[in-house]
Amino acid sequence: MRLEFFRLFPISLFVVAFGAAFGLAATQKGLPPLDAILMSTTVFAGASQFAAIEMWGNEVSVLPLVAVVFAINSRHLLMGASLYPMLKDVSPGRRYSLLLLLTDANWAVSAQDYQNGKRNLEVILGGGLVLWLAWIVGTWLGVYFGGLLQNPKSLGLDMVLGCFLLAMALGGKKSPRVLVAWTVAGLASLAAWRWLPPNTHVVVGALAGGAVGFFWLEKQDAEASDESAEAEDGAVP
Amino acid sequence: MTIETTTTGILALIAIMTVVTLATRFGGVFVMSFVRISPRIESFINTMASSVLIAIIVPMAFSGDAGAVAALSVTAALMLALRKPLPAIAAGIVAAGLVRYLV
Repeated sequence: MRLEFFRLFPISLFVVAFGAAFGLAATQKGLPPLDAILMSTTVFAGASQFAAIEMWGNEVSVLPLVAVVFAINSRHLLMGASLYPMLKDVSPGRRYSLLLLLTDANWAVSAQDYQNGKRNLEVILGGGLVLWLAWIVGTWLGVYFGGLLQNPKSLGLDMVLGCFLLAMALGGKKSPRVLVAWTVAGLASLAAWRWLPPNTHVVVGALAGGAVGFFWLEKQDAEASDESAEAEDGAVP
Repeated sequence: MTIETTTTGILALIAIMTVVTLATRFGGVFVMSFVRISPRIESFINTMASSVLIAIIVPMAFSGDAGAVAALSVTAALMLALRKPLPAIAAGIVAAGLVRYLV
């Protein structure tokens, strides 16, 4: 678990920068410093926190807030479900404690390891802890020293998570079936992003890609083990 | 229904966000505990897992600026060539910064 903590340490440094950007945005919208830090501590879901801050004012409408937070975070539903084959073997208490720390980066590593035949729930715990701490520390920095990082975009920092998730996807097992699923997922997410309500594209795309897997079963192939050996040394150190 | 952003109002709003987010973290696993994992369901789960990543990234590339596209292309190219995530990610971020500086 300690190993996994340090495995996600590099990406956590970038999470600190995101957290700082959130802390700054929150205080600019009039959220008191301690409340911004509290929100990062208990909600721990960056994109939805930014969206909530956008809706902030003297008063906040509850239903739109709930709808937006749920829509943006609904990918957690699918991410959690994808971990179920591993989580079903641990006690419910431990299972739901691990899920408290479920977020994009540690899930992506765990899911990639699982595709390559390795069970890795330690990264959910260890990686989740380092990401959570980074998010809180970052928010704290942004709240009190926000001026330090005026424009994280000019440094490309907004692309860290996107590049990380892309690297995880491409490091996983690739078969014709997976490539077809990715094409379907990509097209469906684009269509949803264009024509469906905001923030539904991740779930729509992922379910469309999953449908390919549902109807197209893969034979237990020998080449999968070659691929995993190759991908092993490509894992984030 | 609206909540005023007073001291207690803010705490209530944060509590609501926390509960909603927690429901998304727990919900998928909770529902799955009632589903029997057949090979077909397992195949669905596995394909869906990597599709989540694609469904996040593709609209990001299409809605992003030149810097975003550069970052994702460079990361993809290096990841496929080297199979090492850290250099691929680092080069992608540098590419975004460079393109935004130049454009």
